[in-house]
Amino acid sequence: MSEDDVVARLRSGMTIGIGGWGSRRKPMSLVRAILRSDLRDLTVVSYGGPDVGLLCAAGKIRRLVFGFVSLDSIPLEPHFQAARQHGAIQVTEYDEGMLQWALYAAACRLPFLPTRAGLGSDVLAVNPELRTVRSPYDDTELVAVPALPLDAALVHLNRADAAGNAQFLGDDLYFDDLFCTAAEQAYVSCERIVPTADLEAGGLTRLRVHRWMVAGVIEAPNGAHFTSCAPDYARDETFQKLYAAAARDPEQWARFAATYLSGDEAAYQAAVGAAGAAATA
Amino acid sequence: MTGVQEAGTELIGATASRAEICVVACAEAWRGDGEITASPIGLIPTAGARLARAAFEPDLLLSDGEARFVAGTWALDQPAPGPAEGWIPYRSVFDLAWHGSRHVMMSPVQIDRYGNANISAIGDYARPTRQLLGVRGAPGNTMNHPTSYWVRRHLPRVFVPRVDMVSGVGYDRAAAAGTSACTFIDLRRVVTNLAVLDFGGPDHSMRLVSVHPGVSVDEVVAATGFELAIDGEIPQTRQPTTAELALIREVIDPSGLRERELRG
Repeated sequence: MSEDDVVARLRSGMTIGIGGWGSRRKPMSLVRAILRSDLRDLTVVSYGGPDVGLLCAAGKIRRLVFGFVSLDSIPLEPHFQAARQHGAIQVTEYDEGMLQWALYAAACRLPFLPTRAGLGSDVLAVNPELRTVRSPYDDTELVAVPALPLDAALVHLNRADAAGNAQFLGDDLYFDDLFCTAAEQAYVSCERIVPTADLEAGGLTRLRVHRWMVAGVIEAPNGAHFTSCAPDYARDETFQKLYAAAARDPEQWARFAATYLSGDEAAYQAAVGAAGAAATA
Repeated sequence: MTGVQEAGTELIGATASRAEICVVACAEAWRGDGEITASPIGLIPTAGARLARAAFEPDLLLSDGEARFVAGTWALDQPAPGPAEGWIPYRSVFDLAWHGSRHVMMSPVQIDRYGNANISAIGDYARPTRQLLGVRGAPGNTMNHPTSYWVRRHLPRVFVPRVDMVSGVGYDRAAAAGTSACTFIDLRRVVTNLAVLDFGGPDHSMRLVSVHPGVSVDEVVAATGFELAIDGEIPQTRQPTTAELALIREVIDPSGLRERELRG
């Protein structure tokens, strides 16, 4: 299926989890498809990077559930900062581990999972709906992280077969499998769709997203651009700098959006290719 | 001065730069930790952790900043040459944190007298004047394992009476949250460009441990927006040994990034 086919299955107001981590292996072609759509009022759940920034800039996010938003090599995400500083989005800010627990609880169909993370911190103050629970065994008081079921999950992996079995070839799966299992419907974009018989050669222990978790597969070469997708490609640091600089200035952003975000995915990839060719000419 | 020492451990006088003093002071945070993971965040703490392992704490585990534990000592601006000792994707880092066998050094934008630390947002939470990273792993880190802090610029706007968003938990907030929050909290030291501090003051309040060479106690007090515990004469932060200085200058940071980091 295509990115636009996925977006056609999403609805405004949905809770959507986005895999990857910071500016690493983000399903950016799917994010770009959401930017082109009329979806709005989304609750986005993410270990956030430019996925969050772009969706903030396009006014797609009503609420963000997050532990951080960062471009990694550029610590702060300008669009996310602007959205927060203008009070444009609501937030549910968790410790990174609490976010994992929230997804894992949903994946295990548990109402909550307990943790020490959050005790004593302002995470409990700014999320007054959070409750603590006492251990029935030794009276330890713990934060009861509520399950965070997702309407949909979007992840990008290196390889997949047409049935939805998918493989990471880099050093880290991040939490992509959890996003998929916490979701009603999960969509996997990948660098290349390969025959099932070719997957094991990439490493059985890397074959961590399974077809029972997945509602659809999209072949998206360079689909994580400009985030990293090791070992297929590294983060496009030059482009990320361009993005971050543009995001800090409304006029520059208008030009950036006109150049890169006004067309479809093929137009985006062509514009990126042209910019890269101009830079190396 | 200090009697008989092993070769390479003699003190070298006042030739070390402030940045080098800070690297050693950060390294000292991990002294005695044994076979745990040192998780430095930021350039000076990273240099410090590598120095600690190379100089005096050989059992520490260090990551390459991605998903590997790696052996050896390598330069700040070079990829780790390995060999890999283990695979630690982010999920394993959380497991490690909650197990407790980790000592992190984070860089707060605000920190208060009892060690509450903010890396999330400045100002009104609903509409911050400056949005930062988010709380990241700070709440879980401070509730589960030893935590130290590095502050590049010791200023009253960093050392504040009250932080805007408690990300890393301090001793008073842990106490108020109850005994479960006090089980594993262990704030070790705060290293700044001026001084070394710990939480050995009354009720685990921040205490001045040492001032860096060339810095006066009054300067530190003036740069701190709350009352510091000060017990008697405050010593100077120690100098690097010749062996440590050689490690910093020749192995860990031959490009001199540490000097720019402290100036910048």
